[in-house]
Amino acid sequence: MAKKVLVLGETREGALRNVSFEAIAAAKKISGGGEVVGVLIGDAVEEFGAELVAYGADRVVTVEHPHLKSYTSDGYGQAFMAVVEQEKPEGLVFGHTAVGKDLAPKIASKLQAGLISDVTDIEGEGDDAVFIRPIFSGKAFEKVKLKDGIDFITVRANNIAPLERQERSGDVSSLSVDITNLRTIIKNVVRKSTEGVDLSEAKVIVAGGRGVKSTEGFEPLQELANLLGGAVGASRGACDADYCDYSLQIGQTGKVVTPDLYIAAGISGAIQHMAGMSNSKVIVAINKDPEANIFKVADYGIVGDLFDVIPMLTEEFKKVM
Amino acid sequence: MNIYVLVKRTFDTEEKIVVSGGKIQEDGAEFIINPYDEYAIEEAITVRDAHGGEVTVITIGNDEAEKQLRTALAMGADKAVLINTEDDVEEMDQFTSAYILAEYLKDKEADLILAGNVAIDGGSGQVGPRVADLLGINYVTTITSLSIDGEKVSIVRDIEGDAEELETSLPLLVTAQQGLNEPRYPSLPGIMKAKKKPLEELELDDLDIEEDDVEAKTETIEIYLPPKKAAGRILEGDLSNQVTELVGLLRNEAKVI
Repeated sequence: MAKKVLVLGETREGALRNVSFEAIAAAKKISGGGEVVGVLIGDAVEEFGAELVAYGADRVVTVEHPHLKSYTSDGYGQAFMAVVEQEKPEGLVFGHTAVGKDLAPKIASKLQAGLISDVTDIEGEGDDAVFIRPIFSGKAFEKVKLKDGIDFITVRANNIAPLERQERSGDVSSLSVDITNLRTIIKNVVRKSTEGVDLSEAKVIVAGGRGVKSTEGFEPLQELANLLGGAVGASRGACDADYCDYSLQIGQTGKVVTPDLYIAAGISGAIQHMAGMSNSKVIVAINKDPEANIFKVADYGIVGDLFDVIPMLTEEFKKVM
Repeated sequence: MNIYVLVKRTFDTEEKIVVSGGKIQEDGAEFIINPYDEYAIEEAITVRDAHGGEVTVITIGNDEAEKQLRTALAMGADKAVLINTEDDVEEMDQFTSAYILAEYLKDKEADLILAGNVAIDGGSGQVGPRVADLLGINYVTTITSLSIDGEKVSIVRDIEGDAEELETSLPLLVTAQQGLNEPRYPSLPGIMKAKKKPLEELELDDLDIEEDDVEAKTETIEIYLPPKKAAGRILEGDLSNQVTELVGLLRNEAKVI
């Protein structure tokens, strides 16, 4: 059966997020030849409608309201449920982002629906779609399907390839919703993330462990990450030692990441760290200890001091890029 | 203040996962309180100590989960509730758990409910927000700071590395992110006291829940381990040659740069 699937589009710093395009690709599969409808929620989001269409949405519904400038589960919940009521979808796809993680369970609860979170792959299409997601932070995987009712998933960034951008046309319509009774008031957002590249969506991650030895020790890692357009991450050891903020932690507690390239510098490779990064496409390990566990999951290893190797790597990349 | 903490018993983070017969093998594995739930317990105790009241920890599971509840009591929680589903529920999902917890909580007039933002086993992070929605109360996820002044609640939450400052009010459900606090270790006197603290065991019958009400909405059809990676290459030779070789390999063989 062809299905109508809604996709929540998200913006960050004035542009649509890649994960939203990936969500459209996932929605296409679930729809089995049906219709994919993008949903944009905010105070001024109409301008992004055409871009969702270019990446595969058949049309777009926007909900704009001054109270939707910042995300709140109340505001976005009311807006999204109004779209659901209008469109009566058979599938829903959100990114597994801060917004998606916070909002999806609320919507699922209101619809008394199942929700498959953090999907990394989809097998089959339409009614036969089966969803693959990591459990135990990637130490194992499970294949899950919805028993009945609406197909509702959140997709992890960087895993499902977006469709190719095409010049297409599709209707962008607005839905007027009265947003009332917000129980949360957003006061301020303090930017802490590194250089604008979000860890969970980064294609390249340069991560440091205890071997980095200090806050300053992260500087050469940051320089390499900047050159490669990536982000800096850390092991629990480095965070516990206060070399960096917990928001950088990768592992079973912390973030689970799957970049194209993961460079682990001075990280020994505790099981709890490896759970968070071992599904990266290519892993490079740099460690003084040739027996370090991290070499077991690395595609390429260099035995050496990260403070020698990382700056040399940066210089070498500068030569060839 | 009437405070509840939702906790889950999970595999220790240092455990390797073994799959046999399509199921995760639990034999011999070490179990712990889900680490994010430990932050929730610690915060609940701190709030109670500052504002008065009582902390009740709740879990869904079987008899084995009593150990984790006793640990929470030893940390300083006042009461524990085990909702034992072993005989009643075959397959659970987040819908099931949230429904059961909300049925338990609906007449408890909780001021504050805390949970971990995610469990390190299933990793969905759904149950907290679902419970709040079923109870009709507000929720804030992935919090790193909580302060309560009368009905007013000031919170900092982690949004993908950035810190969002917000205000809301009680009653409220929050889910804990790393950085919220440093969970205490149970003290020896704490462990002794915990043995005498009330631990109530309930079944679905006690909550007037029919098995059909909590039937899972999703179905796991297979569990498997990721393919083993072939051993990588440790580069050799002069360090500067290794670096040059690595950049070449990343560009030409792995093609990631």
